[in-house]
Amino acid sequence: MSTYVEHAHDAHDDHEHHDSGSQTVLGFWFYLMTDCILFATAFAAYAVLYRNIATGVSGKEIFELPYVLGETAALLLSSITYGFAMIAGHKGNKSAVLGWLAVTFACGAVFIGMEVNEFHHLIAEGHGPNVSAFLSSFFGLVGLHGLHVTAGLLWMAVMMFEVAKTGLTGRAMTRLNCLSLFWHFLDIVWICVFTVVYLKGAM
Amino acid sequence: MSQAHEHAADHGSVKSYLTGFVLAIILTAIPFWMVMSGGFTKQATVIGIFGFAIVQIIVHLKYFLHLNFTKEGKLNSFSFLFTAMIIVMLVGLSVWIISTADALMLR
Amino acid sequence: MLLGKLTLDAIPYKEPIIVAALSGAGLMGLLVMALITKFGKWGYLWKEWLTSVDHKKIGVMYIAVAMIMLLRGFADALMMRAQLAKATDGHLGVFPPEHYDQIFTAHGVIMIIFMAMPFMTGLMNIVVPLQIGARDVAFPFLNSLSFWLLVSAVILVNLSLGVGNFARTGWVAYPPLSELGFSPDVGVDYYTWALQISGIGTTLTAINFLVTIIKMRAPGMKLMQMPIFTWTCTWANVLIVASFPILTGALAMLSLDRYLDFHFFTAEAGGNAMMYLNLFWAWGHPEVYILVLPAFGIFSEVISTFSGKRLFGHTSMIIASGVISVLGFMVWLHHFFTMGSGADVNAFFGIATMVISVPTGVKLFNWLFTMYQGRIRFTPPVLWTMGFMVTFSIGGMTGVLMAVPGADFVLHNSLFLIAHFHNTIIGGAVFGYLAGFSYWFPKAFGFKLNEKLGKAAFWFWQTGFMFAFIPLYILGFLGMTRRLNHTDNAAWDPWLYLACVGALLIACGIGCQLLQLYVSIRDRKQNLDVTGDPWNGHTLEWSTSSPPPFYNFATVPHVHDIDAFTDMKEKGEAYKVPHKYAPIHMPSNTATGVYIGGFTTLLGFALIWHIWWLAIVGLVGIIGAMLARAYDNNLDYYVQPDEVETIERAHFEQMGIDVDNYAERDADKPRRGSRPTTTA
Repeated sequence: MSTYVEHAHDAHDDHEHHDSGSQTVLGFWFYLMTDCILFATAFAAYAVLYRNIATGVSGKEIFELPYVLGETAALLLSSITYGFAMIAGHKGNKSAVLGWLAVTFACGAVFIGMEVNEFHHLIAEGHGPNVSAFLSSFFGLVGLHGLHVTAGLLWMAVMMFEVAKTGLTGRAMTRLNCLSLFWHFLDIVWICVFTVVYLKGAM
Repeated sequence: MSQAHEHAADHGSVKSYLTGFVLAIILTAIPFWMVMSGGFTKQATVIGIFGFAIVQIIVHLKYFLHLNFTKEGKLNSFSFLFTAMIIVMLVGLSVWIISTADALMLR
Repeated sequence: MLLGKLTLDAIPYKEPIIVAALSGAGLMGLLVMALITKFGKWGYLWKEWLTSVDHKKIGVMYIAVAMIMLLRGFADALMMRAQLAKATDGHLGVFPPEHYDQIFTAHGVIMIIFMAMPFMTGLMNIVVPLQIGARDVAFPFLNSLSFWLLVSAVILVNLSLGVGNFARTGWVAYPPLSELGFSPDVGVDYYTWALQISGIGTTLTAINFLVTIIKMRAPGMKLMQMPIFTWTCTWANVLIVASFPILTGALAMLSLDRYLDFHFFTAEAGGNAMMYLNLFWAWGHPEVYILVLPAFGIFSEVISTFSGKRLFGHTSMIIASGVISVLGFMVWLHHFFTMGSGADVNAFFGIATMVISVPTGVKLFNWLFTMYQGRIRFTPPVLWTMGFMVTFSIGGMTGVLMAVPGADFVLHNSLFLIAHFHNTIIGGAVFGYLAGFSYWFPKAFGFKLNEKLGKAAFWFWQTGFMFAFIPLYILGFLGMTRRLNHTDNAAWDPWLYLACVGALLIACGIGCQLLQLYVSIRDRKQNLDVTGDPWNGHTLEWSTSSPPPFYNFATVPHVHDIDAFTDMKEKGEAYKVPHKYAPIHMPSNTATGVYIGGFTTLLGFALIWHIWWLAIVGLVGIIGAMLARAYDNNLDYYVQPDEVETIERAHFEQMGIDVDNYAERDADKPRRGSRPTTTA
């Protein structure tokens, strides 16, 4: 009664893949819900700690809103370019998919570059996370988001490689669907970040 | 076996993405302007930025994530609403708990 | 540099008790490995179990881990009872604080995270897919991965005994004590990484089972018609998805404090230790409902089966469980009434806590109404259930007592609290899992457990529990607090001695259970479960053979009602021989889960000891294994009809159904399957 594969039989028909694709996407959606709550935990920590500036600076002194607006623009743009990639994917247009994914990647990379730059400056000027609870929760929350975006970019790169090499298979589309949910969800989290952290902090 | 190629609903069209994009731009620009211009009372600004954030989130959910209440989309939407309820309870009650404790400790 | 903080000093070779424990464990491990080698079973173990993606096998492995960790956690308990019985009136007992504090910390962590959770997950794994008529879970590989992540965490926790030390903070690890300043050694890091790793596994399991019950139910089975155990597990999975990320966040923040000098919870630079308690318990309270709800489901299944009646109030049970789940997210502050948020906050959470007892009461009455006018068979599962009803009720009532903030100010962190939560966890969760273990054992292994020893085990546990924990209520009122290393109050002594006796009685109970396993395996041929339905059960798992074929169902059943199998039996549709069989799509076994678990263990160990190059190796290994899996094209296969027919035929013939004549004579007419006689 061995279940070890002796006879690898013929592949999955499209129907099978269709069904398992929707299961995968549903499972990924549930995972995203857990990620929402993880961010909520980080937001809760920020909300109770942001006034504890100890001997360090407050948000008003370090937040630069025009800069944040730039980051926001990059991320928002990347959201619709990813949307265009998905539309091309459903039409089976492989080169358009790769093109739009590349643009999305570029926008995301700009966002990360700007954020790394911001963090670097803050730390260099003595406003690192070890100064106060406010800065710890700032770096924790915004950093958590940045880590997610970075993971998304790495995933995107792998997907571009997969699509280039093996085309727009059912499996690739399922994965691109999941990445789509992930990417848009990160933009939603960013709305909360720029509102709760930067806009509120700069007031 | 049947293979009804479902979900035209959850693909989204170029039009819906562009609509969402324009709305998101507006809903971002206004709160930024409210804060940067400084021309509103503190309370109005706070209500403004949070209000626009909530609306923009809904725009994202509808135009980018294609959340809906059709037979296929109901589950995703309800699980999101459940999650949102948990988040409101978690963040809200946490802030209440800690801020009252802080106040009692004269922090 | 090469070994981070790790030096030879990390091995406690100067501590006799630890050396003895390590030697004992090591010898047992070597013995097991020697036996496996002697019987030439390594290949079998690897191919059929360790790389399995079959939910039934994964479930069994979870329970095996749970039982091993029960022994370790109980050993901790015996040591604690021994210490407190001895260390009175000036005696310092056996264990100095540096050691004793690790014992009670490990006891809590092991019992909750590494005994109760895996036990529940194991039962859920074995039973739920069968109950909903599915062939496996939605993501069989993730299921395997979740198990190996648990094993990784178990390895780390056990490693802490021999390499370094465990946390000394209590199982909750409150800052500032758990911060670097007051816990500079690796103990708290063993704790945080073990919990993070197992937490990921648990969350993946919850997602897996939620998709499974939504997408893979047998045709005709509406959500509200799912069996009650499946429903309570579903609510538990919803709670896991909603609460475990909070723990992830809290532990991550503590780790950032410890590793990178952040100030979330530190005593200086504006940190707020109270926020840790807040987040920890926002997870911690849902966690206890995660543990107890599936147990409630087991009691429902057991009491309806052995009363020979349908469960009273199936729908209200589901709704009550849902209400408990949602309310469970609004009560967590009752774990720290005394932290100082004031009367308004305390009042809100106190009232919410009391409200939760209402749906719980609904469930209790439904169980009683199920038993009423039933023909009850007093099997071990029923004994565990009745023991639960009494024991858990006491615990629930003391909980409502402490829900009054004023009372809690006196009783918080006293032994009254300890008695309360052991009352509910043991009476509720542990009794439930032990009932489920006895109930579903024949299904998993094909033979029944020795009933006499099962009953003996129950009575030892029940009386042992009373002797061990009722005195603790009294001690709480007498002013004794928890986590004391030694005491100096003569009035407490007699109760501490009684509690020690109680622990020894429970030890006898565990001894009976180990003996029961040995005797049952030895006598298995005389106690075979031939039909697959030893108890005249109501739900679909009993329609399969014992054990079920690896594909669960040759033909997917169509469901029309609650208690789907009873429905089939009443309509004469049970044990129908199909005309022909179709190919069955099954997932292939894989070692990827084992590899990722291995790399995760390396990563965890490296992070604990600050061996950064090794951490990178672990991380790269994990990602590499994930990518290899992502691009593996050989993930599944089809079982051909002739293989299915061979297996099914053997089962029918074992039951005495004449397959050949049946097929020719009554090709289109369903035949009433032989109803097994009830066993007492």
